[in-house]
Amino acid sequence: MTYARLVPQLARLAILLIVVTFVLGPLTVAVFGGFKTNGELLASPFGLPSHWNTEFYSALLNDPGFWKYLGNSLIISLSTVVLTLIVAAAAAYVFAQIRFFGSRMMMSYLLAGLVFPFATAILPLFIKVRDFGLLDSYWAVILPQTAFGLSLSILLFKTFFEQLPKELFEAAYVEGCGYIRFFWRFTLPLSTPILATVGVFAFVQSWNNFLLPLVVINSRDLFTWPLGMMQFRGEFLVEWNRVLAFITLTILPAVVFFVAAQKYIVAGLTGGAVKG
Amino acid sequence: MTSAASIHNRKSRSIFADLMSSKGQAVLLLLPPALLLFTLFVALPLFDAAYYSLFKWNGYGTPTDFVGLDNFRQVLNHGIFWESVRNTLIVLAVSLFIQLPLALGLALMIYEKTPANTLFRLVFFLPYILAEIASGLIWSFVFDGNSGVASAIFKSLGMDPVFILADRHWAFLAITLVVVWKYFGFHMMIFVAALQSVPKELLEAARLEGAKRWEVVRFVQVPLIGAAIGVSAFFAVVGSLQLFDVVIPLTNGGPSNSTHTIVTYLYSFGLTRNRIGFGSAVGVLLFLAAVGVSIFYQYQTNRRSK
Repeated sequence: MTYARLVPQLARLAILLIVVTFVLGPLTVAVFGGFKTNGELLASPFGLPSHWNTEFYSALLNDPGFWKYLGNSLIISLSTVVLTLIVAAAAAYVFAQIRFFGSRMMMSYLLAGLVFPFATAILPLFIKVRDFGLLDSYWAVILPQTAFGLSLSILLFKTFFEQLPKELFEAAYVEGCGYIRFFWRFTLPLSTPILATVGVFAFVQSWNNFLLPLVVINSRDLFTWPLGMMQFRGEFLVEWNRVLAFITLTILPAVVFFVAAQKYIVAGLTGGAVKG
Repeated sequence: MTSAASIHNRKSRSIFADLMSSKGQAVLLLLPPALLLFTLFVALPLFDAAYYSLFKWNGYGTPTDFVGLDNFRQVLNHGIFWESVRNTLIVLAVSLFIQLPLALGLALMIYEKTPANTLFRLVFFLPYILAEIASGLIWSFVFDGNSGVASAIFKSLGMDPVFILADRHWAFLAITLVVVWKYFGFHMMIFVAALQSVPKELLEAARLEGAKRWEVVRFVQVPLIGAAIGVSAFFAVVGSLQLFDVVIPLTNGGPSNSTHTIVTYLYSFGLTRNRIGFGSAVGVLLFLAAVGVSIFYQYQTNRRSK
C-alpha cells in the first residue's frame, strides 16, 4: 500500500525537479557567468566559478551609462504607471457607475485593444509620434504604451468597481455627494488592491518593453535598459562574461520585485484572464 | 442593481440639464482622457495602417504614390513572408500542443495549497516576469557554439560543437524551446487558479464513487476548467502572433532570413528599410489574423455556454 503510493510521489517529485532545473539552469548560468573570466567561461560554462571575479560586475556598477539606462527605464515606467492608474480608473468608474447613452458602445471601443497585437500599428504609430514632434523623448514611449495598456486596465478596474457595495453610493448621493467627489473620496481609497494589481502590471510591461523604445528612441542618452543591453551586447560581442553580468544586474531587481509583488501579478493575471 | 439603478435612470428635463448635472460633469471630465489617448495612439494608427498600405511611401512628406493593392501583392509573393508565417504557425502549434499540456500537467501536480507547491509555482512563473529580451540573450549564450552550455554538452558527448542558432534546421526549434521556457508558467498559473476554484466536494464524490486519480482528472477537473483552457489557448495564439522580442537577441531573423516571425518580418522588411506602405500591409494582414482568431474564440465560447 505505502509502496504503491510512494512510487507516484517520487515520480511527481522527479518531474518537478527536472522542470525546476530547466527553468533555473539558464538563470544560474548567467549569474555565475558574470563572475568568470572568459577563459573559464569557455572551458566550463556551468558550475560554480573557481574564482569569484567581481571586476565585471563592479565595472558595470561604476559605469554611469548603465545607471542612465536604468534611470530612463524607471522614469518611463513610473510615469506610465501613474498615467495608467489615473486615466484607466477614471474611465472605468464612469462605465461602472453611470448609465448614459452610448456608454456600452464607448466601452466596447476601449476594450477592442485587447484583441490585436501591438505590432500591427507600429509603423503608423512611429509616423504619428514623429508628426507630434515626440520622437526621441520619454513621452514617445509613455503615451503609446499607456494607451495600449488601457483596455486591460479598464477591464480590471471596472470589474472591481462593480463589486463595491452600491448602498455606499446611495447613502453618499442622498447626503449630496456628487459623482466626481465620490470617485476621489470613496471609490479610489477602497480600491487599493486593484490599484496595486494594475500598477504592478503596467510597471512590468513598461520595464520589459523593447519594440516601442526600439522604434521611437534614437539617442543613447534616452535608451531604456533593454536597448542599452542590446547596444552593450554589440560592443562586447565575444566577452560573454560582461554581457552575462549586465543581464544579471538587470534581472535581479526584476526577480526581487516579482517575489515582493507576485500576489498582485497573479491576481491581475487570473482576474483578467477569467473575466476577459 | 437595486435602487441605485432607479437613481441612475431618473429622467432629466433636457440634455443641457443632464450635462450640467453631477453625472454629466463626471462623464465629461473622467472619460475623455482615456478616449483621447486610445484614439490617438491605438485607433488612429490602425486606420492609418490600412490607408498607408495602399501607398508606396518611405515615411517622408505625405504619401502620394498610390499603388492600390500592390504592397499586398508584394508581401504575398515574398517567400520570406511565407516562411515567417510558417514559423509563426510552428510557435502556435508548439504553444498549443506542447506548452499547454505541459502547463496543465504541472498545474495538476501543484495546484493544492501547500508551502512546497507555492514555491514550485513561484519558480515556474518566474521566467514570465523577466524581460523577453533578457531571456533571449541568456538563451543565446546557452546555445552558443563556442562557449555556450550546448557546446559543452556536445563536447562531453565527444561531438563537434553545433552552432544551433546558425543552423537552418535547428535555429527555429531552439526559439520555440525558449518560448516554452518563457511562457509555460503563465498558462500554468491560469490553470492553477481555475483548479483551485473547482469545489472539493465534487472531487470527493468522484473518489467515493471509486474513480481513479486519472479519471478524476479526465472526467471532473479538466471539463470543469474548460473556460480557463479556452482563455489560455486564446492567449497562446495571440502571443504567438506577436512574437518579436525573444527572436531578436537569439537569431535576429537569421540565418539567411529563415527564422523570422511575422512581426520580425514586419520590422526588418518594413521599418528598417523605410518601407512604410509595405510594412503597413504586413500589419494589416496581422490585424486581420488577430481579428479572425478573436471571432473564432467568441464563437466557440458562445457555443460552449449555450
